[in-house]
Amino acid sequence: MGKTTTSASFATGLAQAGHRTAVVDFDVGLRNLDLIMGVERRVVYDFVNVIHGDASLKQALIKDKRVDGLYILPASQTRDKDALSHEGVGRVLSELAAEFDYVICDSPAGIERGALMAAYFADEAIVVTNPEVSSVRDSDRILGILASKTQRAERGDSPMPGRLLLTRYAPARVIKGEMLSVDDVLEILAIDMLGVIPESLSVLNASNAGLPVILDDDSDAGQAYQDAVARFLGDERPHRFMSVPKKGLLERLLGG
Amino acid sequence: MVNSLLSYFQSQNKTPSTAKLAKERLQVIVARERSQRNGPDYLPLMQEELLNVIRKYVPVDRDSVMIQLDRDGDYEILELNVILPEQDNSSSRFPPD
Repeated sequence: MGKTTTSASFATGLAQAGHRTAVVDFDVGLRNLDLIMGVERRVVYDFVNVIHGDASLKQALIKDKRVDGLYILPASQTRDKDALSHEGVGRVLSELAAEFDYVICDSPAGIERGALMAAYFADEAIVVTNPEVSSVRDSDRILGILASKTQRAERGDSPMPGRLLLTRYAPARVIKGEMLSVDDVLEILAIDMLGVIPESLSVLNASNAGLPVILDDDSDAGQAYQDAVARFLGDERPHRFMSVPKKGLLERLLGG
Repeated sequence: MVNSLLSYFQSQNKTPSTAKLAKERLQVIVARERSQRNGPDYLPLMQEELLNVIRKYVPVDRDSVMIQLDRDGDYEILELNVILPEQDNSSSRFPPD
């Protein structure tokens, strides 16, 4: 659904804005953030190694070579689903929080341990959804978990701020009535919007190259991520890529 | 050219929109799952049994029985909502034994 793509681009964007940022892969057994970030050959230690004390955080963090102040903590490839212990994750995250301005937790799909752990310690959530029925339904379940099964909820703090990032959006299909509109999704989920990422070939090209798509300044998806990060940091930016560029009558008649 | 002209005008016709269908289906299922989410575990089973009891007397489908547990301060309110089918006087009892 674009969670890892989004985590990679978001972390990169925050670091570009001058914030020290760590991005952590919570998908135990299915490590992929390293590949999307293009650091797969530099992985020595991983999240679970740090939890078990086999490596220090400093040893496990991979420094990004493109953007200053950006670090990646890869997931473990272990098959042990319980490798992410509650105390262990909490300890590593508070260590990271002391060191970094932002810690991005890349949650796996589903509602198993990795996803629950990524949600539990979070201060804020970005819900990444496709305009597709199964994705929207899953997001509603995740919103339910964010509202009840987190540290914030257990402490009785104010509800976790959560915003929607709608990916793979195709305005042309929305106009034809073939795709849920962003307003439809917001209405169903009853949540605020952070941004819309258009369906774009540049996302595949970027992941092929191991480059967070936000670094592709020329691409619509890259610009949409730049907007989303800026909005997250408090800038007001108009929403783009939500409508089809207007075409002349001739162009339409010629099937352009 | 003629073809694309034709398809341009055809595309202006109203065709049933799958997006609309998706939205309606999602609204129903999301509302149901939210109502069950914070409820006790016995709620779905109770709903099933109540449905069976009601079906002894009236032909209702699954979606016509909504059960919800709300919390209001110290109270818990169990709300049972049954939508009965249009009155049909020909059969007094359903199903016939």
